[in-house]
Amino acid sequence: MQEECLLTMRGIDKRFPGVHALNGVDFSLRRGEIHALMGENGAGKSTLIKVLTGVYQMDGGEIRLDGESIVIRSPEDAQNKGISTVYQEITLCPNLTVSENMFIGRKSGIVIRHKDREKRADEILQKLGIPARSTQLLGNCSLAVQQMVAIARAVDMQCKVLILDEPTSSLDDNEVKMLFKLMRDLRGQGVGIIFVTHFLEQVYEVSDRITVLRNGELVGEYLTEELPQVQLVSKMIGKELEELSNLGDSEDVKIMQQEVFYEAKELSSSEAMPFDFSIRRGEVNGFTGLLGSGRSESVRAIFGADKVNGGTVTVKGKPVKITRPIEAMKHGIGYLAEDRKRDGIIADLSVRENIILALQVMNGIFKPISRSESEAFADEYIKALNIKTASRETPVGSLSGGNQQKVILARWLLTHPDYLILDEPTRGIDVGTKLEIQKLVLKLSEEGMSITFISSEVEEMLRTCSRLIVMRDRHIVGELTGKDLNQTQVMKTIAGGEA
Amino acid sequence: MKKIGRKLFRGGLGQLTIPIIAIALLAVFNLIRDPGFFSIGIAHNSDGNAVLSGNIISIINGASELAILAIGMTLVTAACGGQDISVGAAAAIAGSVFVKVLKSASSVSGGTVLLAFLLSCVVAMLFGAFNGTLVAVFKIQPMIATLILYTCGRSIAYWINGGATPTISNPILSAIGGFIPGIPIPTPVIIVVVMAILFKLLFRFTSLELFTQSVGINGAAARLNGVDPTFIKLLSFVLLGACVSAAGCIGVSRLGLINHETLLLDVEMDAILAVAIGGNSLGGGRFKIIGSILGAYIIQTLTITLYAMKVSSTNVKAYKAIVIVLLVVIGSPVVKQWFTKLMMRLSENRKKVSAKGAEE
Repeated sequence: MQEECLLTMRGIDKRFPGVHALNGVDFSLRRGEIHALMGENGAGKSTLIKVLTGVYQMDGGEIRLDGESIVIRSPEDAQNKGISTVYQEITLCPNLTVSENMFIGRKSGIVIRHKDREKRADEILQKLGIPARSTQLLGNCSLAVQQMVAIARAVDMQCKVLILDEPTSSLDDNEVKMLFKLMRDLRGQGVGIIFVTHFLEQVYEVSDRITVLRNGELVGEYLTEELPQVQLVSKMIGKELEELSNLGDSEDVKIMQQEVFYEAKELSSSEAMPFDFSIRRGEVNGFTGLLGSGRSESVRAIFGADKVNGGTVTVKGKPVKITRPIEAMKHGIGYLAEDRKRDGIIADLSVRENIILALQVMNGIFKPISRSESEAFADEYIKALNIKTASRETPVGSLSGGNQQKVILARWLLTHPDYLILDEPTRGIDVGTKLEIQKLVLKLSEEGMSITFISSEVEEMLRTCSRLIVMRDRHIVGELTGKDLNQTQVMKTIAGGEA
Repeated sequence: MKKIGRKLFRGGLGQLTIPIIAIALLAVFNLIRDPGFFSIGIAHNSDGNAVLSGNIISIINGASELAILAIGMTLVTAACGGQDISVGAAAAIAGSVFVKVLKSASSVSGGTVLLAFLLSCVVAMLFGAFNGTLVAVFKIQPMIATLILYTCGRSIAYWINGGATPTISNPILSAIGGFIPGIPIPTPVIIVVVMAILFKLLFRFTSLELFTQSVGINGAAARLNGVDPTFIKLLSFVLLGACVSAAGCIGVSRLGLINHETLLLDVEMDAILAVAIGGNSLGGGRFKIIGSILGAYIIQTLTITLYAMKVSSTNVKAYKAIVIVLLVVIGSPVVKQWFTKLMMRLSENRKKVSAKGAEE
């Protein structure tokens, strides 16, 4: 019984009105393994996790923990049974100290001995190699450390099963390395880790086993080393992966003959240092660089999203002033913001209302889009972008991340912009939708739309962009085109090594 | 009946479910208590006009000012996620301006009354803009920002008429506060209907509703889509100003005098309550004006019912509080979710039963 099963889920069934979210799904987790749970949006990953953590009650099936059949009634119940979750959005309190966060909400006496707790917290932090002190305010730690504190909290609660739901989506490479080291240490201590992520490379770097779900059904369980990446992707999306390398066969020469649509000289904002930038009709270019290098800040300055301080801007050769989003929109510029939740969706409004918002703003307050017209627009784009929603009147907040992103994309496409800025349009969404968005970008550019595409995944940008602007420490440090557009050259330029 | 029930409960609890049920319950309760409670008769008022009378008329009539204020309060709540607690004081100012203009005119004609109303409207909207500027430009919490006018509003009203509480009697005013000769429906009720229609038209012919909800739900995202949150918030306060002036002028016309100390005293709390009972989130975002108007009528029905039960006016507030606690708890997200789950389970059971029946 070397590989005894820590957790087995058999024939898990869960239905929502109109949706069969989980259809007899099996899942098993062994002691001391990192098990990646993979699938597109809507595959049933989140539902399975929520059944396991007691957020949802399953409609059928059995869960066994340590060989014993258990019923999980609530998240608290799950925690008491040794199943802990660390969510994508950190759910701790930034205004409390690290040790307070580690012990908050846990059963203890009324009298709290802060010193004891701090000592205990420091011990755990040290044992797990987490670079934080117990008396530090959690809000002052980096996101990665905050996440690790959440894990430490779970570990200290004697968790047997640790669920990490998209833990790496807001971390940079170094922080991801730290997190992975911690995960491996915990694996060594016999903890079973369920790892949910969209980053394929990370799955291969850290996981032992992969379970793939699709449309609420189990596709299969595989040993990571025996499943090539291409096959994983095709299992997730349910079809053979198309050859992507020739996706972006851009015709640079043709684009160079097109007129310059937008040009900025010495443009700066409250967040961005002065920079020069231009884009031609039908061109796809991108800003790349590490997190915090200033790529988002630069495109926000183009759109007038932050306070613009200086610089001259021309659109179609005519000098213009863009200091507010509405002015950018009037000049045919659209901007899909980096933070979908904070700057993109209006969660309580329907899919339809979210789609027509930008067009309505451009039409002005006195020319409301009629109900029937807006319904037609919504239906058109739900179909065109293949948005999965129960109806056009569903609140957009209840859609999956990828579909929310498509709604915002639809919102901008409906305004028929000449120039569309996409800031991390593929973050946190599944492989299939990522591909759809990349293809859409190329199709739009062929139709003459200029597009600036920003992504943390350099590969994605290499596939779509014909020109890459590289940023470091809030300055543009290079521009790559043609044969220089490859991973090595990009990395070199980001790192600052010339040779 | 079944159909109505299904519509009411479709997809869990709709926003208007609670207010509609509350009104129905109050009606049933009153019918059982006194079968004659809802009888409507024709009476002759002091001017000799044939007018409708009865409890239901006095409820709808008496709630007019509250209903009008609730309309404006709904907009401010939706856009700013906070409430204006100065509406009572601002109404006293608007009423004082109204009387001041009428008093300074040599003869009172329809035109003078209209002019007086328009002037009071401008003044109330300016005060609304003041509140709105504090909230939208200086980003002060709405309740704190409007606390200023709440504190000093009635003093300003006092200065306008030099500290006096002038009476004003005029057939036009009594027509506004009472009945227009030949029309048996109280004029304030007609004004509420007109205001409701005006706002409905405003939402029909502009996209204010979409913009207000967007700003209330996610101001940052709204801004990046070209909506100007500052303007929308300011506008909501200005529109509330128009409502305040209408309410103030009705109040003055009803009494035939302006008492800056007592005109629409404590109405702000009822107005906020009406918004909440109407199923609107006090945190802003999605809203339904009709819900708030229903809320105003519920509050008034409650008051009149209690008075009809001979509850002394000192005790009325305590009884009102009990009913309101019930309404607010039933309308809370926790209970709503619980209820939605229950309905889902019931419908599943029904499906199972019918499936079994089909098998047999």
